[in-house]
Amino acid sequence: MGLGHANYLLAAALLLLGLHGLVTRPNLVRKLMAMSVLQVAVIMFFLSLAAKDRAHPPIVLDGPVVRARDYINPLPHALMLTAIVVSVSTTGVALALLIRIHRRYGTLEEPELLERLRE
Amino acid sequence: MTHLPVLVVLVPLVAALLIPVLALGSARAARIFALAALLLTQAMADLALHRVLVAGTWHYRLGGWAPPWGIEYVLDPLSGGMAVLVSFMALLTAIYAGPHLAGATRIRSGTFHALFLLLAAGLLGIVVTGDVFNLYVFLEISSLAGYALLASGTPRAAVATFRYLLVGTVAATFYLLGIGFFYAATGTLNMADLGARLAGGADPTLVGMGVALVTVGLAVKSAVYPLHGWLPDAYSHAPASVIPFVAAVMSKVGAYALFRMLYFVVGTAGAGGEALRLLGLAAAVAVVAGSAMALAQRDVRRMLAYSSVGQMGYVIMGFAIGNAAGVTGALLHILNHAVMKGCLFMSGGAVAWRTRVTSVREYAGMARRLPLTMAGFSLAALSMIGLPPTCGFFSKWYLVLGALQRGAWPFVVALVASSLMTAAYFLRLLERAYFGEAEAPPAGERRTPELPLSLLAPVLVLALGTLALGIFNQSIVTAVIRHALPGGL
Repeated sequence: MGLGHANYLLAAALLLLGLHGLVTRPNLVRKLMAMSVLQVAVIMFFLSLAAKDRAHPPIVLDGPVVRARDYINPLPHALMLTAIVVSVSTTGVALALLIRIHRRYGTLEEPELLERLRE
Repeated sequence: MTHLPVLVVLVPLVAALLIPVLALGSARAARIFALAALLLTQAMADLALHRVLVAGTWHYRLGGWAPPWGIEYVLDPLSGGMAVLVSFMALLTAIYAGPHLAGATRIRSGTFHALFLLLAAGLLGIVVTGDVFNLYVFLEISSLAGYALLASGTPRAAVATFRYLLVGTVAATFYLLGIGFFYAATGTLNMADLGARLAGGADPTLVGMGVALVTVGLAVKSAVYPLHGWLPDAYSHAPASVIPFVAAVMSKVGAYALFRMLYFVVGTAGAGGEALRLLGLAAAVAVVAGSAMALAQRDVRRMLAYSSVGQMGYVIMGFAIGNAAGVTGALLHILNHAVMKGCLFMSGGAVAWRTRVTSVREYAGMARRLPLTMAGFSLAALSMIGLPPTCGFFSKWYLVLGALQRGAWPFVVALVASSLMTAAYFLRLLERAYFGEAEAPPAGERRTPELPLSLLAPVLVLALGTLALGIFNQSIVTAVIRHALPGGL
């Protein structure tokens, strides 16, 4: 396994880091951040699929002959633009919920929150 | 007419964007517009299903781009039938929401209708799309709209929804990662093309990872035990104006996506079959555990929510049984359970709207206070237990038949045990409602009609629907479901 796999290893590490944070962090904001890390891991994975050795960004400036192997695959990039929009929207909705929770219960620490919910 | 497959999604989507603007002028105008858009969507879905049944599967190229490069919408008897179900439940729940919104500000009412249509558009998109990435986008559209709607209940709803959001997003991210593995193995995102390439042989490690991730992701979305943890809290604190729609179709659309991916894309040989075997085990536990947990609840909405966990198990079990009778039972149960559970949540919500009663104990004598509402509730409850001629009997009949044909005795035992527990938790409530001593109802509660028509009519339509679906189950199976089965069954 050469350096060529480094980006996949990074994606896998981010994925595990995100899942770990989601499960172990008691603070809801931190859980949300861990969720973002998880989403970034998948973006990393898709972009790694698009990469090729010694290839250009997929922008054809001039020249009549276009050889696909000279360009990286643009499709995963297009998909991930959508995934980033989704991720931003999810974070926005989640933050709005956190504001509501904080206004009502005065805390974002899960143990304290659970205690207040029981009352 | 030629653009019907995309219009089914576009009409509610565009309407959702226009409603907030309209609502600034008049909440009433926005509501009428929303109902009109849903009525139109329902009519188009009916028309589309009719055409598909007459003329066969309908492939629609978005923007004229040919698949596998462009996005394709595919209407077949399965997706057409799901579209009719989703749009019908959306229309009925939107009507039912009216009295619940009385007294809401223009902004609040406008936001509600916009989000509701967005949710409907997302679910319809999942159903009609023939592209696995497009499915992910619609999954997130429906989920985001769903989070906002579910959180608009009591303050506790915000906490429950935040948990659901975390779990739901992880599930969607798993699904997306799974799609990434499929793309790495085959280089395509179109369902039909992907199916053909996977069948033609692809790297088994990549495909195995893809199947595992997609299955787990969609299993969370359809609340398959033991991945159901988000459901009871999210359902029991949600506003009564949304929950009938969410409970009736949202998890069903997840199950539809699972079925579509495993049976039509991945195929049941190899990794897909392994996934179905595991899902079958989970489902067998789900039907027993869901009903047992429902039996332990004191709050009616919570009881119905846990009951949904069990009932989703029936659907998944049918997929896992995997023969014609089993899958027919599963698809029939998607339809039947949507109607029954929609009716139960609607009548439960109507009872709470009129009397503020939400606990099983306080239902004592409710049949004398709200006779028609409780009649609707009872009919749907009897159908859940599975008494003929209500529809619940027939889907269970197909499931048991399928399990017997395969000699899958544990499934039969689980189904029977679950039915007995379902009978226990509903009869306990019905016994109180009909024979319990009423706590003296507040003076002046006697009214005719007992509820506003927009609350009562959807309840009664669905209650009679459980009867109609039961009586006409044979024609539904032969006209639609038989054609919705994957090839080879």
